[in-house]
Amino acid sequence: MTIDKKTFTALQEMAGADFVVELVHAFLEEAPVMLASLTSSLAEGDAEKFRRTAHSLKSNSNTFGAHELAAIAKDLELSGLEKVRARPDPLGAVRSEYQRVAVALKELAA
Amino acid sequence: MNDAARRQARLLVVDDNKVNRLLLTRGLEQQGHKVASAENGRIGLEMLRKEDFDLVLLDMEMPEMDGFQVLGELVKDTKLRDLPVIVTSSLEGVENVVRCIELGAEDFLTKPVNPILLKARVGASLEKKRLRDMQKELVRRFATSEVAQDLAQSGFALGGRHVECSVMFSDIRGFTKMVESQPPDETIELLNTYYTLMFDAISGRGGVVNQMVGDGLMAIFGAPLPIPDPAGSAVAAAREMIEMVDLLNFDREAAGKASIRIGIGIATGDVVAGYTGTHQRATYTCVGDTVNLAARLETHTKEAQRPILVDAATRAGLPADAAVEPLGDVQLKGKAAPVQVFALVLKP
Repeated sequence: MTIDKKTFTALQEMAGADFVVELVHAFLEEAPVMLASLTSSLAEGDAEKFRRTAHSLKSNSNTFGAHELAAIAKDLELSGLEKVRARPDPLGAVRSEYQRVAVALKELAA
Repeated sequence: MNDAARRQARLLVVDDNKVNRLLLTRGLEQQGHKVASAENGRIGLEMLRKEDFDLVLLDMEMPEMDGFQVLGELVKDTKLRDLPVIVTSSLEGVENVVRCIELGAEDFLTKPVNPILLKARVGASLEKKRLRDMQKELVRRFATSEVAQDLAQSGFALGGRHVECSVMFSDIRGFTKMVESQPPDETIELLNTYYTLMFDAISGRGGVVNQMVGDGLMAIFGAPLPIPDPAGSAVAAAREMIEMVDLLNFDREAAGKASIRIGIGIATGDVVAGYTGTHQRATYTCVGDTVNLAARLETHTKEAQRPILVDAATRAGLPADAAVEPLGDVQLKGKAAPVQVFALVLKP
C-alpha cells in the first residue's frame, strides 16, 4: 500500500483535515527538492548531505503513512552514500515510489 | 491545574524540514501554546538569544548548525542553559539519545511525534521550567543577582576564599531618635524609599548589598564577581548615595518632614568572602580586617563631620587628582594602630 490510510486518517484527526491539505502541499513542494538533493549529493560524493536528505525524506514519509517510501529512504540513510552508489540505478526505487506517493497524496488531499 | 489560567507558554520549534516544522507547530498551537519556528540551528539560537522562550523543540539533523551544536551553545550560555529542550528526531541509535541527554536535553521524542506523548512531555517540561523559574525568583529576591549568578555558576559550598574588594558601610545618622518621634509605618516607608535609592546607586556601580540591619547596610564591590575598579566604583556609588539622600531630603522638607543624613565608610583590601551558615540556611558575606575598617570608618564620619570616609587603599585606587582630603592618622575604635583616613570632598 502506497499510503497507510490509518496513519493518514489519524493525522487528519489530529491536525485537522484542512491543515493536512496544507501539509501535503508543503511535502509535494519539498520532496522534489529532496530527490534533487539526493541526486546531486550522490554525484558530488557528499555523504553527509546524502544521509541527511534521506533522513528527512524518511521522516516526512512516515508522517503521511507512506511507509514504503520511508523504508526505502531509511535504507538509503543507513546504507550510506558509498554502498548506494555501487548499486545499479541507485535512486530508481525512491523516485518511482515517490511518484506513486505523490499521486495518492494528491487524491487524498483533494 | 487549570491550563487556561496559566500564562500562555512561548515555544520555539527548530527544524529544517518544512513538513515537520508545520506539523509540530500546529500540534503545539492546538495545545494552546504560542509557537515560533526556525529552519535551522543558527537561526533558532539567534531567536533564543533575542526573545524569551519557555521551551524549545529541537531537531538534530539540520544544515548550518545542527541540534548537537545548538545544545552545546545553550549549555555555555548562562542565560539559556536552564531553558528546557525536547529533542525531536528520527535519529536511529541509542547513542544519539544518550548524547542529547548528556548535552542537557530534557527529553527525547522520536519522529513522527506522537501527539499524546508530545502533550505530556511538553506539559511536564513547562511545569518543571515554571518551578525552576519560581526558585530562581526566590533566590533573586533574597540574594542579589550576583550571588544568584555565582550560585548558578559555581554551585553552593560553605567556606570562603580570599578576594580583593572594596567594602562599604552606610547608615542613617540619628535614626533611632527619628524612629521614636514618628509613627512606625512612616519609618517603614522611609526605609523602603531609602533602600531603593541606595540599592540603585550601589548596584548601578556593580556593588552588591549583602546586609541590611535596621538603617544600616553593607555593600561589597568586587565579590562574588570581580569588577574592574572596585575602589572607584564604591566611591562613585557613595557620592551618588549622598546625592540621592539630598534629593530625598528635598521631598521630605517639602512635605514638612525632618531631613536625614547618612554616613559612609569605605575600605579596600583582602577579605574572605563566601557562604557562611549551615547547609540549610546560609548567607553570602565577607569578613576580615577590611570589613572591620569600613565599619569603623563609617562610625567615625560622625566625629569627623564628613559624610564619606575612605582608607588609604581606597584612596590609592582613585585618580591622583580625585577630590579627596587627607585627615591624617586617626586612632579608630577597635584598631591597635592609628590608620590614615581620607574624606571625600563633595560638590557644594
